[in-house]
Amino acid sequence: MAKAKKSRNSAPDPSVAARLPWQPPAPPLVTALLISFAALLLRALVSVGPYSGQGAAPKFGDYEAQRHWMELTLHLPSSDWYRNTSDNDLAYWGLDYPPLSAYQSRLHARLINASLPDAVALRSSRGFESQESKLLMRWTVLSSDLMVFFPAALWFVWAYMKDGVGGSGERREGWTWLLAMVLLNPCLVLIDHGHFQYNCISLGLTLGAIAGILSRNQLVAAALFSLAINHKQMSMYFAPAFFGHLLGKCLKQKYPIIEIMKLGFVVLGTFALVWWPYVHSYEAAMQVISRLAPFERGIYEDYVANFWCTTSVLIKWKRLFAIKPLKLMSLSATILAFLPSFLQQVKSPSNLGFLYSLLNSSFSFYLFSYQVHEKSILLPLLPASLLALHEPQLHGWFTYYALFSMYPLICRDQLLLQYIAVLGLFVLIYYPPGGNYGKGVKFPSGIMVVLSLPFLCSILLHTVYLQIEPPKRYPFLFDALIMFICFSQFIILTLYTNYKQWMLDFHPRPVGRKKDL
Amino acid sequence: MASTTSPSTATAAMWAFAAATCVKLMLVPTYRSTDFDVHRYWLALTHALPARQWYTDASSQWTLDYPPFFAYFSRLLSLPAPFVDASLVSIPVPAAPPSSAYLLYLRLTVAFSDLLLLAAVLLLARDARRRQRPFLVLVLVMWSPALLIVDHIHFQYNGFLMGLLLLSLHFLEQGKDLAGGIVFAALLCSKHLFLVAAPVYFVYLFGHYCCGRGALRGLGRLLLMGAGVVAVFAMAFAPFVYYGQMQQLLSRLFPFGRGLFHAYWAPNFWVFYIVLDKILAFLLRRLGFSIEIPEASFTRGLVGDSSPFAVLPKVTPITTFLLVILAMAPCLVKAFANPQSKHIIRWVAYACSCGFMFGWHVHEKASLHFTIPLALIAMDSLDDVRHYFLLSIVSCYSLFPLLFEDQEYPIKVLLLLTYGTLMWVGFSSHFSANSAPGGKKLDASDSIVERRFTGWISLGYLLGMFAIEFWSRLFHHHVFGDRLPFLPLMMVSVYCGVGMMYSWVWQLSWIIRNT
Repeated sequence: MAKAKKSRNSAPDPSVAARLPWQPPAPPLVTALLISFAALLLRALVSVGPYSGQGAAPKFGDYEAQRHWMELTLHLPSSDWYRNTSDNDLAYWGLDYPPLSAYQSRLHARLINASLPDAVALRSSRGFESQESKLLMRWTVLSSDLMVFFPAALWFVWAYMKDGVGGSGERREGWTWLLAMVLLNPCLVLIDHGHFQYNCISLGLTLGAIAGILSRNQLVAAALFSLAINHKQMSMYFAPAFFGHLLGKCLKQKYPIIEIMKLGFVVLGTFALVWWPYVHSYEAAMQVISRLAPFERGIYEDYVANFWCTTSVLIKWKRLFAIKPLKLMSLSATILAFLPSFLQQVKSPSNLGFLYSLLNSSFSFYLFSYQVHEKSILLPLLPASLLALHEPQLHGWFTYYALFSMYPLICRDQLLLQYIAVLGLFVLIYYPPGGNYGKGVKFPSGIMVVLSLPFLCSILLHTVYLQIEPPKRYPFLFDALIMFICFSQFIILTLYTNYKQWMLDFHPRPVGRKKDL
Repeated sequence: MASTTSPSTATAAMWAFAAATCVKLMLVPTYRSTDFDVHRYWLALTHALPARQWYTDASSQWTLDYPPFFAYFSRLLSLPAPFVDASLVSIPVPAAPPSSAYLLYLRLTVAFSDLLLLAAVLLLARDARRRQRPFLVLVLVMWSPALLIVDHIHFQYNGFLMGLLLLSLHFLEQGKDLAGGIVFAALLCSKHLFLVAAPVYFVYLFGHYCCGRGALRGLGRLLLMGAGVVAVFAMAFAPFVYYGQMQQLLSRLFPFGRGLFHAYWAPNFWVFYIVLDKILAFLLRRLGFSIEIPEASFTRGLVGDSSPFAVLPKVTPITTFLLVILAMAPCLVKAFANPQSKHIIRWVAYACSCGFMFGWHVHEKASLHFTIPLALIAMDSLDDVRHYFLLSIVSCYSLFPLLFEDQEYPIKVLLLLTYGTLMWVGFSSHFSANSAPGGKKLDASDSIVERRFTGWISLGYLLGMFAIEFWSRLFHHHVFGDRLPFLPLMMVSVYCGVGMMYSWVWQLSWIIRNT
C-alpha cells in the first residue's frame, strides 16, 4: 500500500504545518477511490431533498417527465414513442429526447417495474408519487452517474495528467484537485440529484469522448460523442469543437480523406445503430426529429441568461419577428460566435486548445442558439471544470455564476438548503487548506474592483430574492436582475476564453507540440 | 495561488469542520428517531416551565432523564426558538409533525453545539508533549461517521458531550488538572453515563494532582479539587435539593427497571453470554432436558425482573457493576501508581470501553465514548493505527441498525466507506512519508510488510462485514422469508461484538504492557 516512497527534502516545519492526508505520498488509486466515494456521498445527500414538481399536480416537473417516459417506453412499441396515440398524449410530457434517452428510460422502467409496477403502469401511473418510487428513481440517477460519469472523469484525469495537457507548469499532485473539481461540480449534482435529470449520462459520454481525444483514441471518441448526441441533442453544443479538432487532426495526417472516412463511418454507424427502429422509413425518422426540435416553444423560456432573453428587455424579439427569421438569426449568430474557436482548432489542433474550443463553442450555443434552458449552462460548465487546473480563477468564477443563474429554479424546487451546502462544499474544496493547485494569472486591482461589484450584487440578490416581494408591476424584477448579472459575466468569460484560445498559437506550448507526433 | 503552502493545523481543522457542517446541513431532511421528539419536548419544557417542574412534568412520555446541566443546555438552545416558531416552546408539545422551520432549527442547534467539539479539537491539536498532532486525527474526530449518524440523523447532542469530554482530556494532558477535573464534573452533570470514567479520573487526579507533593500541600490540593467539583455539582443540583426533588430526580436518572439489554443488543460481552445461553438451551433440549424458554427475549429490551436466560444464571446490576470495576482494575492501578498525563486519553477511553463491554443496559451509541477519544491517539504508533482502523469501522457498522429506512441506506454506507478510505489514504501516506529518509523513523526494525496498517486477519474480518451486510440485506429474506426477523440484527451484534472484544483486550494489554 505504501509504495510511493519519495523523499520530502522540503519538508515543512512539523510544528506548525498540517500534512493533508491526500497529499503525496498517498497511494493514488485509493485517493481516487476516496474522492469518488465522497462525490457519491454528496450525490446521495442531495438526493434526500425534494425533486422538481414534487406534489405539484397536474403538470408536476422534470421528475414526472422522466417517470412518464419510463411508463411509455416500457409499455409501448418503439414506433409509438414519438407519435401522438391514444396511449401517448404528446402534450403531456411527450418524449423530446433522442432514442438513446428512450432506451435508457426503458431500461430503468424495467428495473422499477420489477419492484414497484404501479409507478410505471400505463396511464394509471400518471402523477404517481411515493417515498418508495422517489427512492427508486433517485437510485436510477445515482447508478447512471456512477456507471457513466465517474469512469469518464477518472479516464479524463488520467489522460490529462499523462499527456500533460496543461503544460509543465502544473503540479503533478494537482490531479486530486482536478478530479474533485470535475466530480463535485455543484450545478450538475443539484440538477441531476436534486431537480432530477440524467445530464450525467450525456455529459459523461461527452467527457469520455474528450478523454478519448486526449489519449488519441479518435474513433472511440467519435463513437462516444455520437452516443452523447443521441442521448441529449443539446450535446450538439460541443459538436463544432469536436468537428474542428478532428478535422484539423485529420488534415495533418498523411491520407486525410481516409482518416475522415474512418471517423465518418464510426459516426454514421453509431447513429444507425441507435436509430435502428426509425431508419426504415423517412416519415418515422422525421417524426422523431420534429419532436427533438420544438421551435414552436419560442426562442427562449423563463429567464435564461443568454443574449436573446437579456436583450428582449429592450428589443421584443418574440413580438417583432416570426419564428422563421428568428431561427435564421439565432443560427447565424451562433455560427458567428463559434467560428473563431472552430477555425483555430482546424488550423492548429491541440489538446489544450480543444478544451478551450469545447468551452467556447458550447458557450456560443448557450448564448445565441434557439430555445435554451437555464440548465443548459451545465454544458459550458463541463469544459470549464476540465480546465480547472489551467484556469482556476475562471473555473471558480464561472461555477459561482452558473450556480447563481439557476438560483430561481433552485428556489422553485425548494432545494435551497442543498444549494447552500453544495456551494459551501465547492468553495471549501476550491480553496483547500494549503492553497490552490492551479496556476493562475493575477488580475490588476482595477479589474478586480470591476469584477467584485457584480459579485457583491449577487450576494445581495441571494437574500433579496427570498425575503423581499418584488413590486407588483414587475413580478420578475429579481429574476431579471439575476439574469443581467449572469449574462454580463458570461459575456466577459467567453470573450476571455476566445482570446486565450487564439493566443495559444502565439505562445506555443512545447508539451502540446511533442504529443502531436 | 500557485504555490501550495502548508497551512497551519488550526486553519485546516476549521476547514474540515466547515466541510462537515455542509454535510450536516444536507442531513436536515433525513430520518429522525424518537430522540428528536425527546429533545423537542425538553427544549419546550425548559423554556416554558420553571425549573421546579422540569423533573416532575409528565405531559409527555419523554420525561427529562438527563442531569440538570443538560436541562440548562436545552434552556440555552431554546432561547432564540420563539423567534423561529412559537410552537417550538409550547407545552404540551403539539402532536403534529414539526414544520420545516422547526425541524431546521432543532437540527441547527445540534450543528451549532458541535462548535464545542471544534474548540476542544483545536486545543487538542497539541499533545501532552506539546507536539503537533497530525491533522488527520483531528479530521477523524470531526468527520466521524458514527457521530454524524447518531447526532445529525438519529438526533442527539453527543458532539456537545464529546466536546466536554475532550476539553477535560485536553486540560489533563496539559497538566491543568484542576480545570480538567472541573470540566469532567460538568460533563457528569450533563450526562451521568460518563460516571463510568469517574474512577479513572479520581485515581488519576488523586495520584497526579495531590500525591507526591508532601502531605500538607497534597491535602490542600485535595481540598481545592474537592471544592471545585462540589461547586459544580452544587450549581447543577442545588436548586433541586432546595425544591426537595432529589429523590424524584435520581429515580429519573437511574431507571434500573430497564433490562440488561437495550432493544437492539449493543455488541458487548453480554451478547456472547446470551448466545451461549441459547446454544446451551438448544443442546440441552436436544438431550431431553425440559428447558423453559423465556418470553420475547430476542427482540425487546426487558422490563422488570424476569431473566432473559434459559440456562445461565441471571445477571443483576450489581454483577455488571462488579465486572466493570474488575475489568477496570488494572488500569486503575496503573493510573495511580504512575500517573502520566500522556496516557490519560488511553486510560479514560479504556474505562469507557469497560463500561460498554460489561455495563447494564448499554446502548450501542455508547461506543462513541471511547472511539472518539481514541481517534486522537490513533496515529501515535503503528499498533494504534491498526487498532483504530478496525475499531472505528466496527463501531460505525454496529450503529447501522439505528437507521433502518431505505432512504438513509446509501448515506450510512457511503459515510463509512468514505471514512474507511480516508483512513486508508491518510495512514498509508503518513507512514510512507515518515519512513522516508529525513522523516522521523517509526521503528528501524519495521519491514515493509509490518508497516501495513492492517493485518490479514483484521482485513479478513472487515471484509466479512460485507458478507454480513449482504446476507442481511439480500439473502436473508430469500432464505427465511419472514421467519427469524431478529437474525440479521443478531448477526450484526455478534459480529461487531467480536471486534469490540478484540479492541477491549488490545487496549487492556497495551495498558498493562506500556503504562
